[in-house]
Amino acid sequence: MHGRLKVKTSEEQEEAKRLEREQKLKLYQSATQTVFQKRQAGELDESVLELTSQILGANPDFATLWNCRREVLQRLEVQKSPEELATLVKAELGFLESCLRVNPKSYGTWHHRCWLLGRLPEPNWARELELCARFLEVDERNFHCWDYRRFVAAQAAVPPAEELAFTDSLITRNFSNYSSWHYRSCLLPQLHPQPDSGPQGRLPEDVLLKELELVQNAFFTDPNDQSAWFYHRWLLGRADPQDALRCLHVSRDEACLTVSFSRPLLVGSRTETLLLMVDESPLAVAWRTPDGRNRPSHVWLCDLPATSLNDQLPQHTFRVIWTAGDAQKECVLLKGRQEGWCRDSATDEQLFRCELSVEKSTVLQSELESCKELQELEPENKWCLLTIILLMRALDPLQYEKETLQYFQTLKAVDPMRAAYLDDLRSKFLLENSVLKMEYAEVRVLHLGHKVLQANDNTIESLDGVTNLPRLQELFLCNNRLQQPAVLQPLASCPRLVLLNLQGNPLCQAVGISEHLAELLPSVRSSLT
Amino acid sequence: MADNLPSEFDVVVIGTGLPESIIAAACSRSGQRVLHVDSRSYYGGNWASFSFSGLLSWLKEHQENSDIVNECPPWQEKILENEEAIALSRKDKTIQHVEVFCYASQDLHEDVEEAGALQKNHASVTSANSTEAADSACLPTEDQSLSTASCEIPTEQTPSSDPESALEVNDFEATGEKENHCDKTCVPSTSEKETSENVPMAENTAEQPKKNRITYSQIIKEGRRFNIDLVSKLLYSRGLLIDLLIKSNVSRYAEFKNITRILAFREGRVEQVPCSRADVFNSKQLTMVEKRMLMKFLTFCMEYEEHPDEYKAYEEITFYEYLKTQKLTPNLQYFVLHSIAMTSETASSTIDGLRATKNFLHCLGRYGNTPFLFPLYGQGELPQCFCRMCAVFGGIYCLRHLVQCLVVDKESGKCKAIIDQFGQRIISKHFLVEDSYFSENTCSHVQYRQISRAVLITDKSVLKTDSDQQISILTVPAEEPGAFAVRVIELCSSTMTCMKGTYLVHLTCTSSKTAREDLEPVVQKLFTPYTEKEIENEEVEKPRLLWALYFNMRDSSDVSRNSYNDLPSNVYVCSGPDCALGNDNAVKQAEALFQQICPNEDFCPPPPNPEDIILDGDSLQPEASESSAIPEANSETLRESANLRNPEEPSE
Repeated sequence: MHGRLKVKTSEEQEEAKRLEREQKLKLYQSATQTVFQKRQAGELDESVLELTSQILGANPDFATLWNCRREVLQRLEVQKSPEELATLVKAELGFLESCLRVNPKSYGTWHHRCWLLGRLPEPNWARELELCARFLEVDERNFHCWDYRRFVAAQAAVPPAEELAFTDSLITRNFSNYSSWHYRSCLLPQLHPQPDSGPQGRLPEDVLLKELELVQNAFFTDPNDQSAWFYHRWLLGRADPQDALRCLHVSRDEACLTVSFSRPLLVGSRTETLLLMVDESPLAVAWRTPDGRNRPSHVWLCDLPATSLNDQLPQHTFRVIWTAGDAQKECVLLKGRQEGWCRDSATDEQLFRCELSVEKSTVLQSELESCKELQELEPENKWCLLTIILLMRALDPLQYEKETLQYFQTLKAVDPMRAAYLDDLRSKFLLENSVLKMEYAEVRVLHLGHKVLQANDNTIESLDGVTNLPRLQELFLCNNRLQQPAVLQPLASCPRLVLLNLQGNPLCQAVGISEHLAELLPSVRSSLT
Repeated sequence: MADNLPSEFDVVVIGTGLPESIIAAACSRSGQRVLHVDSRSYYGGNWASFSFSGLLSWLKEHQENSDIVNECPPWQEKILENEEAIALSRKDKTIQHVEVFCYASQDLHEDVEEAGALQKNHASVTSANSTEAADSACLPTEDQSLSTASCEIPTEQTPSSDPESALEVNDFEATGEKENHCDKTCVPSTSEKETSENVPMAENTAEQPKKNRITYSQIIKEGRRFNIDLVSKLLYSRGLLIDLLIKSNVSRYAEFKNITRILAFREGRVEQVPCSRADVFNSKQLTMVEKRMLMKFLTFCMEYEEHPDEYKAYEEITFYEYLKTQKLTPNLQYFVLHSIAMTSETASSTIDGLRATKNFLHCLGRYGNTPFLFPLYGQGELPQCFCRMCAVFGGIYCLRHLVQCLVVDKESGKCKAIIDQFGQRIISKHFLVEDSYFSENTCSHVQYRQISRAVLITDKSVLKTDSDQQISILTVPAEEPGAFAVRVIELCSSTMTCMKGTYLVHLTCTSSKTAREDLEPVVQKLFTPYTEKEIENEEVEKPRLLWALYFNMRDSSDVSRNSYNDLPSNVYVCSGPDCALGNDNAVKQAEALFQQICPNEDFCPPPPNPEDIILDGDSLQPEASESSAIPEANSETLRESANLRNPEEPSE
């Protein structure tokens, strides 16, 4: 027909394409081979740059070739004049950019750029920031580029406020952006540093409230977007809990002082020093952990000299000062008593509530109200439900106990995939609540002075962590789920354990169990039936 | 002259509006020999865009109601015995009630001419040939030269080349450069020009730099920066026209910008409608709970068909009533009804409203945060893009070419030829005629609706923000029952449709009275007439009107073919522009007519890869060169404009 275009048939096209592909493959393979040969022969010159650029230009993820290039560049650095080197670097930067266009998420390319910029005497950081901005314009969630941006911003000492404004602009465009929220979490503490003495990481209240509003905007707009919820949790839970000495125990019998801390620490290291005052005068002692390995631990002990424990005075006062933690605690050993202690009540806010540790409970309260409002609109949103549970937990675990349990039920129904995780969390909360209740009732369950531990009927499967209990003499583990004698191994580290009741555990049925136990725990008299 | 045209074609298309141009392109692409003619001197018919002076000439033509006097050789004697003729109209009757108001000060320079400075500056860019032609085309005497041009076409000009449009190309590019230049130097282009030419005026403006008022003479002088659309439409990001532009690869001839915001007019105030996820997140006017309500409702609308139980009970009532039953504050109900579904209290049923909302949302996010695109340099670019494609595949173009009549074979009852203004008889198989070309005899039974249009030049945006380069669409609901909502589209200078420092505002509604009666109340609500007197201490909130034009345009869409008298079966009718916001009607119409002309042919398939074309010394090359006659739409100097392509497809 008149004017109709004549077009190649699809077979012709296929054939042409196939030939083209074959040709390409040949070139690729031969270039790769040449590069490897040259590298082996140590011929690291500009021809290698040229060859690798041909391959990397098509496939920037060939990590070995980037290494090759680095070797070449390192060698050329010493051989070339500064002017020649500058041209070389300029070409390399241009080449890297073209590779990033081929694959903006190539690990090797970004890494090479980092490496190159790090070696330049006068790197042009402004240009690099511009580059990041352009790549994030195309894909605001390219975390490779975010990583690189953080590197550049750190190197160029970009003011955190500017970077924060940058994250603002990207969140405005699309708030489903973990990288951007995360960057904020790094920048805000830098922007609002706390005075040295206080606990680190808290934000001034006005800043915190502004951030909370921003993130609320996000999860009210799209409650299914995780990134906002995670940032929300960070905002509320980001402060370190106040350092504290939880418990002090002194035993006349063992001439030993035991201290437990709110976080594991390494006593004797440069920053963590403990000062012991006995009857208001300092006493030099050697601190150790219960297992004697002196690694970071919640519990540290020291031996006391006889003079500090003599029975002539009506009482001895022991005070431990934790200088770095800005905390201290005191306990008294009365005349005629074998031991003395001082410990926090478990009802103290810090006991189970470190998950969300914002300064003011009013902030938590108002967050709870917002979330409840959202939950009314979105009764089945799992992120909202979980946040409510955590907020209630942080505010008052006992007052909200019933409500919390109901929310757990709803949450399990809407998120059955995580039922086991939720069960765990629920059981943890219930356990903590029981402890709290007993504390309120002044029934002390956690009594360090006790020599007997009752742990019957607890579906215990493992004894990991029951190690190095110096005073433990009797352990009751009836009706648990201990399967193999080997799980009792940790108990071997408790020096005074003499009685072990294992009735009602599956391992009682094992063949030769008594012999096995005698071998494992020679000093223990165990009861199996 | 007449000898230049071949005497036989497969398809003759009369009128260069959007539907005609699409059909011409489709037919040409399918290998049909296409002759595409327009009696006007410009492309697009009522779909055209004009520079300011171009618009003034167009107005003159319609205000004076002057007949295009043509001394054409009589066609009657050319009709044979076994033939009948259907005479075509010589006069465009589609525009009525034209009223023009100038508010900008007209002092000082009565004799300013458009583009004088520009032309001097860019003589180097413009080829010598077209500069000459341009002189005649863009001086104020244009209307004279136009009316004569149609009967005295200079012999050196081939009918298929259009000097005015050819000039437009160069001028567009030049304008782009100019704008960039101004950006750099931060000198408002207007005052720059003043200094160079009108010294007293320059001093004037220098004395009061804070009120850099735009005068009428400035508008005239910068007139080339205007591209004023006769129809005001936008492209839905997933509308039929976008799909067609992409599919046919015609998109490469045009550039687009995303509409930047959707506005609403409520309680006397203009406010931004949050419609995308990012908008809702960033909105300061919505409460947290409202954000959730809105997002929830919009999410539902996206897939309402899957949840019939949620709306089935409300099918009998209007969308307005339905919205009231939903968990939405009045604020949100208003936004959804007027700005997102773009309907009214009474117009739509629940289902229609849900469908419209879904369509809006469906288009959202494809090219940006609103569902709409606007073609740079105006809507008038679009028909030209398709004409260009038609020409690339061999179509022949004649502007200012009058067709006197259609010749019908008595025996077969089919149309067999046209007779043009030179008396030449051109044979063809199919004839596409745009509605306005038919004479009153043919249309005596046709009932037309009318579109009310207003075009305003203003000095600032109806809603000021940090950026002065916003493209906005605003729906103003009707105040009284029976009236129609008014659609307002405000274009900024970066759309290349108006001069820097001004906004071009288009108002459109279905007519109930004359355009001015229909639209003036809305204009008064949104704008204030420019006054000389300075209200010193009072911050003027509303934008000022510098210039205003009202007119009614015939809406020939939705006219049944049977309403036209005695049309042969191979004569097809294309309608003029309709009142709707999108262009779906034109595309649907074009595709349907194309299927009748070329049954079983693919409609505008993608052009083949140039590498795959087998050139065997066929007549392809010379024909392809016809494309130079079609205005080039894109300007490389614009970097921000959106390149139209499917964002789902990886670009690199």
